[in-house]
Amino acid sequence: MSEPVRGPVREVAIVAFAQSGHVADSTDTSEVEMVMPVLHDVLARTGLKARDIGFTCSGSCDYLAGRAFSFTMALDGVGAWPPISESHVEMDGAWALYEAWVALLTGEADTALVYAYGKSSPGDLREVLTRQLDPYYLAPLWPDSVALAALQAQALCDAGLTDARELAAIGARSRGGADTGPGRQVVGPLRTGDCPPVVDGAAAVVLAAGDTARRLTERPAWIRGLDHRIEAHSPGARDLTDSPSTRLAAERAGAFDAPVDTAELHAPFSSQEVVLRRALRLDAPGGTVRINPSGGALAANPVMAAGLIRLGEAAAAIHRGASDRALAHATSGPCLQQNLVAVLEGER
Amino acid sequence: MSEVLTAPLVVEFPFTRSLGPVQRAFLTGLRERTVLGVRARDGRIVVPPAEYDPVTADELSDLVEVAPVGTVTTWAWNPAPRRGQPLATPFAWVLVRLDGADTALLHALDAPGPDAVRTGLRVRIRWAAARTGAITDIACFEPADGEPAGGPPAAHPGRFADPVTGITAPARLDYTYAPGRTQSRFLRGLAERRTLGERCPACRKVYVPPRGACPTCGVATGEQVEVGPRGTVTTFCIVNIKARNLDIDVPYVYAHIALDGADLALHARIGGIPYDRVRMGLRVEPVWTDGARYPDHYRPTGEPDADYDSYKELI
Repeated sequence: MSEPVRGPVREVAIVAFAQSGHVADSTDTSEVEMVMPVLHDVLARTGLKARDIGFTCSGSCDYLAGRAFSFTMALDGVGAWPPISESHVEMDGAWALYEAWVALLTGEADTALVYAYGKSSPGDLREVLTRQLDPYYLAPLWPDSVALAALQAQALCDAGLTDARELAAIGARSRGGADTGPGRQVVGPLRTGDCPPVVDGAAAVVLAAGDTARRLTERPAWIRGLDHRIEAHSPGARDLTDSPSTRLAAERAGAFDAPVDTAELHAPFSSQEVVLRRALRLDAPGGTVRINPSGGALAANPVMAAGLIRLGEAAAAIHRGASDRALAHATSGPCLQQNLVAVLEGER
Repeated sequence: MSEVLTAPLVVEFPFTRSLGPVQRAFLTGLRERTVLGVRARDGRIVVPPAEYDPVTADELSDLVEVAPVGTVTTWAWNPAPRRGQPLATPFAWVLVRLDGADTALLHALDAPGPDAVRTGLRVRIRWAAARTGAITDIACFEPADGEPAGGPPAAHPGRFADPVTGITAPARLDYTYAPGRTQSRFLRGLAERRTLGERCPACRKVYVPPRGACPTCGVATGEQVEVGPRGTVTTFCIVNIKARNLDIDVPYVYAHIALDGADLALHARIGGIPYDRVRMGLRVEPVWTDGARYPDHYRPTGEPDADYDSYKELI
């Protein structure tokens, strides 16, 4: 097995972050109309023009809006003609960021634009997400995303690792403490307060290497480590109360080498925050880690962008001096099947 | 009236999938009311069985038979069943570890209410009356309190008469399609028999149909410009294969047409001329049918052909 990438040959940082407002229904905007203002915003923060960017990578999923090749039309918003160096992942934008980070490490480019968008309102997200499941044993039963998360939540309650009260408190904290009621049951034990609002939205970041990063922003958020790992797909073959893939990704990203002050966790369900906090050892006695100061995915979960937003929010905290060392996490698949962990630092 | 248009959109696929040897044995077994698992490299019995080891990714083949009874390892109460799910009345999603297995299988449990369900509950398979070799051959689980433990897993050859070799998995998703502001403006104009392009504020190019952004400049197009109705064929192809649900005789011509005033060609069918007479530079105009929201096709205007130099940048 190869050695973890630490202290990489080239320093790469997130130098800018922007996101759209996240709305329940974006009927009046197409994907490109939703993405373009965010791209303009993130580029304006660096003073770069689209033509200056060395590599562009995006993350989205055509199943959300039922619109084939929507990412090629969204690319119009970048200004992709004459052809630019560009790639796309049918995943959360956090994995697009991973690809762009690798491209910068190789020296192929000095700057990268990474964006992601999700337009879930045209479809029924709970049904759409069943189509990502094993087509032989799972998809024919149409187990929706809330049902699978609820099985995980019940396993946590049975193991004594959480209870309805803690879950409700996580939901309330994520939404700024405004709605403290747990809401009605969606799929028991999960209630509306435990589930993410279905919203449409977009986000973008700019990456830059070395001195370019220092030139583009006062305090770059240096990516000290970045890794992603996956577990077996079958929920019955996993211990749903744990997330060994998150722990392994965190180890290899160097997350445990020194304490972090901020953690942006991509936990679309309150119960998943419990799993992640344990896997990432954020609950140490006397710990002072700020968890999801942005509100996390329970406040806004634009599918395919919510993971990238965690990296963007963690970087933005470093940009403005609110954090010196932050952990950002993104997830994909049912019950936290695949997980990405990044460690970001500002120079002190 | 809202500025934007919406329309129902159904995306439907009858996926036909082939099966590996382990899946084939498992799904054929279900048809015969027999549940098979596979022994993983670490000795665990994996049910439902995987072709490859969940930990090491080694190919697996050592099949065993497990019991049709088991224990709930976790559950979730579903008060409002959705389309396609195993039961139409409220039920519990369950992960069940069948006796003899070390992993759990996802399915539905038919129970009168959440109070009747708990982790540790003993359950048994309720077989579907008609079985085809699919996970849905298990209709659901039902409570089986007090059911004695099944025996240890027994080796099984996994061979059945007439094994299933594949599954057909219909998938249907319903959407409300919304093309956004720009394309709604275009479609509304078209319904009034006006072709409206949009001009890029930076490079001044006029895009038809407009998509909301100039792909060269990466900025929003906004200024509407009426173009056409006449235009020039810039390039074309001859279609020789009849498309499903399309009532047009083959061969016919599909062409890129640069409408007068547009800086991008749109595409449409050419009619009113034998297919082998269509040529680059042919001047064409739209043909509307009563009540239609868009042109049925384009036909020759009778004008002399356009000079190649006049449209070569638009090919």
